[in-house]
Amino acid sequence: MLFAIDVLDLARFQFAMTTVFHFFFVPFSIGMALVTAIMETLFVFKKDEMYKKMAKFWGKIFLLSFAVGVVTGIIQEFQFGMNWSDYSRFMGDIFGAPLAIEALLAFFLESTFIGLWMFTWDRFKPALHAVMIWLVWLGTTLSAIWILAANAFMQHPTGFAINSETGRVKLVDFMAVITNPQLWVEFPHVIFGAFTTAGFAVAGMAAWQLWKKRDAVFYTKSLRIGLWVGLVAVVAAMGMGDLQTRFIIKDQPMKFAATEGIYKDTGDPAAWSLVELIDTEDHTTKADIEVPYLLSILSYHKLHGSVKGMDTVNKELEAKYGKDKNYYVPVKTLFWSFRVMAGGGMLLALVAVLGLFFSRAKNNSLARKRWLLVTLGLTLWLPFIINTCGWLITELGRYPWTVYGLYTIADSISPTTTAGQLWFTDITYFLIFSLLGGVMIYYCRRVLFHGPDADLDTNYGVSADPFAKEAFVK
Amino acid sequence: MSGLQLLWFILLAVLFIGFFFLEGFDFGVGMATRVLARDENERTQLVATIGPHWDGNEVWLITAGGAMFASYPLWYASLFSGFYILFFLVLLGLIVRGVSFEFAAHAETPRGRSIWRWALFIGSVVPPFVLGMIFTAIMQPLPIANDNGAYNVYATFGDQVNLLTVVGGVAVTLLCLMHGLNFIRLKTTGPLRDRARRLNAKLAWVLYAGEAVFAVLVFVFTDFFQKRPVSTSLIVILIVCAAVVMHVGALKNKELLSFIGSGLSLALVVGLIFNGLFPRVLIGVDPANSLLLKNASASPLTLSIMTGVTCVLLPIALAYFIWAYVVFHKRIAPLNS
Ligand code: HDD
Ligand code: HEM
Ligand code: HEM
Repeated sequence: MLFAIDVLDLARFQFAMTTVFHFFFVPFSIGMALVTAIMETLFVFKKDEMYKKMAKFWGKIFLLSFAVGVVTGIIQEFQFGMNWSDYSRFMGDIFGAPLAIEALLAFFLESTFIGLWMFTWDRFKPALHAVMIWLVWLGTTLSAIWILAANAFMQHPTGFAINSETGRVKLVDFMAVITNPQLWVEFPHVIFGAFTTAGFAVAGMAAWQLWKKRDAVFYTKSLRIGLWVGLVAVVAAMGMGDLQTRFIIKDQPMKFAATEGIYKDTGDPAAWSLVELIDTEDHTTKADIEVPYLLSILSYHKLHGSVKGMDTVNKELEAKYGKDKNYYVPVKTLFWSFRVMAGGGMLLALVAVLGLFFSRAKNNSLARKRWLLVTLGLTLWLPFIINTCGWLITELGRYPWTVYGLYTIADSISPTTTAGQLWFTDITYFLIFSLLGGVMIYYCRRVLFHGPDADLDTNYGVSADPFAKEAFVK
Repeated sequence: MSGLQLLWFILLAVLFIGFFFLEGFDFGVGMATRVLARDENERTQLVATIGPHWDGNEVWLITAGGAMFASYPLWYASLFSGFYILFFLVLLGLIVRGVSFEFAAHAETPRGRSIWRWALFIGSVVPPFVLGMIFTAIMQPLPIANDNGAYNVYATFGDQVNLLTVVGGVAVTLLCLMHGLNFIRLKTTGPLRDRARRLNAKLAWVLYAGEAVFAVLVFVFTDFFQKRPVSTSLIVILIVCAAVVMHVGALKNKELLSFIGSGLSLALVVGLIFNGLFPRVLIGVDPANSLLLKNASASPLTLSIMTGVTCVLLPIALAYFIWAYVVFHKRIAPLNS
């Protein structure tokens, strides 16, 4: 029955739903700030009005994403207290500080300068105006560092002690919290993932416009900027992903074994499975397509070395943390998410190379390659899926812990929250998110439909627009 | 209780004052889009006064929340989980409000535009009202259970919705509206500016009545006057004085004076609450279960790191924050179409 779903499930569903939704817009905003800043900087140096038009045009999409990113972010901050109050008490000594610093250092920066940037196109010298968007970008990136510092602690706690009186976490070494090795593989991976997202989103939207045979020069230039950002970023993201993989083999072996779908220890050298059918009841796998040696290479960068299976890891964890918990993570989700992420990353790199090759200035045949335009247009969505898969691996692979080895998900929940409250908020959030997502996509399409020249004479067809500069003249 | 704990209690008060002072007029302008503006052009003129600032203003709430989590994790946890639905309503208001600015600019039909303008209005009424309820609810004794040092608040409907909280909600909303009107007087030219002044002068009488009722209710529902008779009475008197200052500013057409008056009123209300709570942060029906400053806070190390960080970062943030207001110091003229 529906009402058999308990408070914990409802709260977890809410956390997953709200963060995943927040993280559609987060990487998009971070990356769009960068892409817009690059375009505006090109304008400053090349003095070509087209780059200004470009920055303004893609800036509109950036602002739409930013608005939704902001409102979904506030939910994140509040829900730690609302749904996870015992977690907040347990983690408060460590968690609160990064969050507060994020607000003081990053949110003030981005929110203030985004306001300045939006409304001062005709007020400041181009170079000064470009500095503003770079500051916005800096703000978004700093914000990622600090919130990920909190997240990295949850994956790999450092610099703490357990308070013997209260049983809660106590900070002992702040430097250890911000030099957490998990943070410095996680942050670059996430940030390059964010740049990837915006790079391919711009390229994809531009490709659709080229497909419709609109403003070829403008959109080809935009597409190439997007693809360059996307290509560099996706290669970097994959490189950092490799570092992360090698980190979690040691740090969270269960998570790693699950992403590779390994129950029994592998032989040496280890073969890598491209696909397999996983039976979570019997702990067996069938219909493997295997590539010999590859897993050893991926894991250790060597031609030999075996990988521990989940059954072995489970025994180790039971010995370490007690037999009363289930240490198996959702294997299938992790296995397939990992393949989507890594495979998707390679696909993106390939598409970027093709797009850049066929649109090169000397011999631009992109407009005639309809299949490539459609492919580019469709890969627009892929980074969003990849990002979500990445977080599913990271967060579900931490099961049953919220703070690895210290505190379980079941202990984290607010004792006062009721199923009724959660049903109400879950359903309302779901409806609101559907609405916001839909409207946001609709308005992005309208921006594209009106094209880059629209704001030169009309403001979305409305004469009295608050964004028009006359509004600020006395 | 240590000096650091006291410092952070005061800093939290400062952050909430910053929030109510800034977002207060922001909310007020949002309310004025229906209360004061007569057509879409006037609404647009109003929105333009806060266009570049609203997100920065909202960050004060985010900072206050984050700082509360960092310095008083137990307070943050018990407060937010105890007043679950109320905080959810605040969130809903802030969500529709936050997207309304950008979405309204993209709406192509009058109808679409009107939807997002209504979202702005609703999102500007609900949060101050509900935050007013939450802040007045925590002035009263709450059913708190120790639960192994967790201090969970099992707030019933009556703890959240009673005479004091409803009056508190209305009072905060009214103050925000009047603060917004004063901001409009400072930031616009044309008919709106004068209408805002006249409305403000009229509303002052409602405010006096509201403040009188509020003071009586605080006396009946809370122990503030008993615990701290002198300071509580003093702050109440100051709140009334601030209202008079605002009223005089409206009558004499001194805009800045009114703005300072309304801003001070909001700040003093926050001051009243923090002053009365001290040294508790949440008051238990059974005083033994009150959550106290001394056992709600983070460790001394976290507090001192946060102190250092805040001393460096807050002044820098304030500097460019204020600069943004200087850049947009010009008044906004009516749009003629
Ligand atoms: C990797 C980056 C990242 C991650 C993991 C998160 N966020 Fe986020 N957040 C951002 C990156 C970001 C951002 C890029 O800075 C945003 C998105 C768009 C924006 O406006 O700022 C933002 C907005 C944003 C805001 C509104 C800021 C404003 O008004 O300007 C809040 C309060 C939060 N976030 C809080 C959180 C919390 C509590 C998270 C943990 C679950 C979280 N975010 C995950
Ligand atoms: C924005 C990117 C993020 C996404 C998409 C994401 C996604 C998820 C998902 C899918 C879960 C699993 C829910 C479940 O177990 O059913 C989860 C759990 C959790 N995550 Fe994240 N997460 C993100 C960032 C963060 C950050 C930055 C933090 C903390 C700083 C965090 C803290 C948590 C906590 C406390 C849980 C516990 C709830 C639970 O396990 O059910 N997450 N997250
Ligand atoms: C070959 C390519 C890739 C590899 C080997 C890889 C590896 C990994 C690993 C091992 C994790 C889990 C880390 C943890 O649990 O701590 C992860 C997470 C993640 N990945 Fe990837 N990744 C790759 C490509 C990508 C790409 C292209 C993107 C984005 C466009 C991406 C986005 C993410 C995100 C957002 C997370 C969650 C946050 C984190 O823990 O870093 N990944 N990746």
